[in-house]
Amino acid sequence: MTTLRLKTWPAVPLEAEAITPDRFVGKTSAEIEALPVHHGNQEAALGDFFAVSGDGTPDIAIEGDLARVKLIGAGMTQGQITVHGDAGMHLGAAMSGGRIGVHGNAGDWAGAEMRGGQIYIRGNAGHGLGGAYRGSPQGMNRGLIVVAGSAGNEVGSAMRRGVIVVGGNTGDFTGAFMIAGSILVFGNLGERAGAGMKRGSIITYQTPKLLPTFRYACTYRPVFLRLLLRELRSLGQEIAEEWFERRYRRYCGDLTAFGKGEILAWEGP
Amino acid sequence: MLRIINGEVYDPLNGVNGEVRDVCAADGKIVSEAPDGKVIDAQGMVVMPGGIEFHAHVAGGKVNAGRKMRPEDHREMAIPRTPLTRSGVGHTVPSTFATGYHFAQLGYTTVMEAAGPPLGARHVHEELNDIPILDKGFFVLMGNNYFVLKFIAEGDFARLKDYVAWLLEATGGYAIKIVNPAGVDTWKWGRNVNSLDDPADTFPVTPRQIVVNLARVQQELGLPHTIHVHCNNLGVPGNAQITLQTMQAVGDLPIHVTHAQFNGYGGTGWGDFHSGAPELAAYVNEHKNVTVDMGQVVFGPVTTMTADGPWQYRLYQLSGHKWVNCDVEMETSAGIVPYRFSKRNAVNAVQWAVGLELALLIEDPWRVFLTTDHPNGGPFHAYPDIIKLLLDRDHRAEVLEGVHRGAQKRSSLKDLHREYSLFEIAIITRAGPARALGLRQKGHLGPGADADIAIYSKAADPKEMFARPRYVIKAGEIVAQDGRIVQDKPGRTFYVAPGYDRQIESAIRDDFEKYYTVSFENYPVQFDHYLPHRVAVSCVRE
Ligand SMILES: [Zn+2]
Repeated sequence: MTTLRLKTWPAVPLEAEAITPDRFVGKTSAEIEALPVHHGNQEAALGDFFAVSGDGTPDIAIEGDLARVKLIGAGMTQGQITVHGDAGMHLGAAMSGGRIGVHGNAGDWAGAEMRGGQIYIRGNAGHGLGGAYRGSPQGMNRGLIVVAGSAGNEVGSAMRRGVIVVGGNTGDFTGAFMIAGSILVFGNLGERAGAGMKRGSIITYQTPKLLPTFRYACTYRPVFLRLLLRELRSLGQEIAEEWFERRYRRYCGDLTAFGKGEILAWEGP
Repeated sequence: MLRIINGEVYDPLNGVNGEVRDVCAADGKIVSEAPDGKVIDAQGMVVMPGGIEFHAHVAGGKVNAGRKMRPEDHREMAIPRTPLTRSGVGHTVPSTFATGYHFAQLGYTTVMEAAGPPLGARHVHEELNDIPILDKGFFVLMGNNYFVLKFIAEGDFARLKDYVAWLLEATGGYAIKIVNPAGVDTWKWGRNVNSLDDPADTFPVTPRQIVVNLARVQQELGLPHTIHVHCNNLGVPGNAQITLQTMQAVGDLPIHVTHAQFNGYGGTGWGDFHSGAPELAAYVNEHKNVTVDMGQVVFGPVTTMTADGPWQYRLYQLSGHKWVNCDVEMETSAGIVPYRFSKRNAVNAVQWAVGLELALLIEDPWRVFLTTDHPNGGPFHAYPDIIKLLLDRDHRAEVLEGVHRGAQKRSSLKDLHREYSLFEIAIITRAGPARALGLRQKGHLGPGADADIAIYSKAADPKEMFARPRYVIKAGEIVAQDGRIVQDKPGRTFYVAPGYDRQIESAIRDDFEKYYTVSFENYPVQFDHYLPHRVAVSCVRE
């Protein structure tokens, strides 16, 4: 286990893509402290802000308020990061493997354009969770993101594969321009969920406000959803028994796009 | 003063093929002797004139729209600011400063912007001025211009000639560019033309008439560069036929067919799509009045951008990608669609093969130039990869094995064993473009030439060699060394002023005031402001 303890709170955001198991493996704590970070527009070393203990194992624990530390675990392919506190923007962005756990909140763009791996956030997440950066044709493509709290706008935008679970509410444009994949929201969906979606599933447990370009199809018990819920339960997610038993209303959309997507709304107890 | 000694010099315009000799520079020019000053020992290195980008889209409204619509492209290839140089970003559509630095880092010292709408001339010049180090110029879109069509329709060749001369001066442009003649005008009414004899909509003028008349104008005005033609039906299966017909239409008049790859296809649809390069190459081999550039495809992301609005709309329909189409009143249009050339796509594989076939099948290297139609076929920074494909047939065969089988079955590439020499590479990247552009002080290392020089280490891997010159010299001063920019200074802008009868101004003023949103007086660019470092290239009337 490599432990990083924040000792100097950065006055402006710290760009710390160096904090990944890939960069730590095989390094001594002194070498890890020497890894480069950007503090605003100044180059700095990781050791200027963090006390590092333990040698470079693929298992990293970080302590302190990291709300201003960006890019933790960005691009990681293996290992594990546990953040005991809040994490800044771009957490796990473009990661392709491994696991990140955050005990507090995460900033915007957590898991943006990720290609695999898992992110668990106990608090809330910001905007663009698992989404596509501006202009990109694809957001998240494989992997799992679980947020216990709520998330901001554009959750899973242009998502291509994978699963996003939000325990609380999501902001506007959840699953906008989705290409495929699944987004489960246990709280309220914001405005314009699924706008422009081609395929994929958005599953909600509250009555959704639908765009006029979504059309009611049928009410049924989707088999894939039972499998998915069981899987999530086995991963430790709290899943109510009645979510298995009751039926879901299926709305197809977005008819302005390909129209093969769906919003599945739980019928209620 | 500067003296480069012991280098292996490739200077095709002066017939120097790899001889070891000194190259000297003083006051920005090549001189026969430089007794003192800095000495570069180029032992084991190759010395060539600075590279000349013959056809690229690097400045103006279209390029900038490409930047704006592709923020994802600008997360790539970020270069940080240094005490000397500006920062920049962009893989397929780099920002202006990055464009200049990347070109200079490859040993290129001149770039021609391939398509500027007259109305956008100020924007073109502003961006050209922001491209550091390089000398430049721009080709003026004329193939669908209201007045060009009008004077052709009226059969008034004298006025057509005066108008073209006036327009070149009004815009500070360098050459006549023709894009999908008559087709873009027709696109303003939602249609396109399909043959050389389909008339445009504004005036009943055909592509054939437009190309032939402008080719005559070019000759009579004595413009240094020929007409520069993007043929009809670009990108469409079977378009090699209309390309051949376009070349035939001008007879013996000089013509440059640009990014010939995109206009070199056989077949009747995507199902039987195949290379039309052998037919085009055969014609070019027989006709010395024709030059072409490759428009080579590079696998990976590109940003297609042309003044061919109908083609760009069609590409959007084929690809489903985001797109922009825009109308330039009275003059032209433009479209932009991001695209990705994939090795595993049969059509893309054939397109990739067509560019290489053209370079290998056209026997005279003085009449085929290395381009990717940046950023349409690929970004210019892929030139070292393409040079390696031309120099090394084993490497080419290896790459061919890795792309879709279509490239083997539907082109002749696998049967082509020709290898370019360094001398020939110097022709297709420097000497040939300089000659075709009529830039007498460029592309060679004879006394009096601009002292633009690229010095490469002779590496085993030609890609490495051409990707990172040891020294790049612009106007006698070292601007890049081992891939690092060491001097940042502005380049110059070439333009032509062929002269015209002032009567043309009154002939166009009425229609101008009626239809243009810009007043006649405000239309011409102010040279002192927009072309601060300008060089007039003389026109030689026959
Ligand atoms: Zn072009």
